[in-house]
Amino acid sequence: MSAEFDIAETLDVKGASCPMPVVKTKSAIDDLAPGEVLEVVATDPGSMSDIDGWADGTEGVELVDQTEGDDVYNHYVRKTE
Amino acid sequence: MSTDTPDASAGEAQTEDASTEDVPADEVPSRAELAARVDELEEALAEATAEDGGKKMSIIATKGTLDMAYPPLILASTAAAFGYEVTVFTTFWGLDMLHEERSKNLQLSSVGNPNMPVPNAVAALPGMDRVTTKMMEKRITDNDTATIEELLETSLEMGVEFQACQMTIELMDYDEDDFYDGVTTGVGAATAIQDMAEADIQLLV
Repeated sequence: MSAEFDIAETLDVKGASCPMPVVKTKSAIDDLAPGEVLEVVATDPGSMSDIDGWADGTEGVELVDQTEGDDVYNHYVRKTE
Repeated sequence: MSTDTPDASAGEAQTEDASTEDVPADEVPSRAELAARVDELEEALAEATAEDGGKKMSIIATKGTLDMAYPPLILASTAAAFGYEVTVFTTFWGLDMLHEERSKNLQLSSVGNPNMPVPNAVAALPGMDRVTTKMMEKRITDNDTATIEELLETSLEMGVEFQACQMTIELMDYDEDDFYDGVTTGVGAATAIQDMAEADIQLLV
């Protein structure tokens, strides 16, 4: 799955549970430039639904991809504006 | 309008202007007039939505036990992440989550909750609230769940406005300096009502 997109920054929220993965994702995305992609690495299974829902309901961000490994959930969010 | 209905087309009136029969010709708006009116309405609508700015959420937080302090703080910080402008108005025991000292010491009640592992008769013994609170605090640490203090500070950083009800400050004999920096004091129910009236989401916790 080597990329159709470059990862500008990686945010490690392993261990953190609701609401921190979403809250920290929001803060990290604020620091990116439009077009850049943030990788979020989480262990919270709820982050799959939560980051999807957050990206869907938030202006200026777009969920590019989500992958699920062994108890690790990777999210790729692009800042669109 | 009525020319499409079976009733109207069934009988006599096949004339072109059947739909305008009951309206004098000079009162029928022209296509240009309608278009102008649509433009006008669209402009008004754009203004009305723009004026309001972003989405807003208003939470009224009334509880100060360890378990009940979580929902308003979790929802407030998450809504802020969604771009909502969030106000949390605290009243009565809700103020304790904004109180620098007391927020670090919120207690869990072991009575009145049938889901607790101890029967109420035992739970009512002196010191039991301390025990159940310690148990919950240990779980919070073991699970890496954010503490009340962390959630509050994160929410403040994200721009959530926390308000402490002035009447309660006086009732509880708190001092304005007891609260975290950035907490708004000197507000009452009317402020809360105003926030709720303007909000897209209103919650009482």
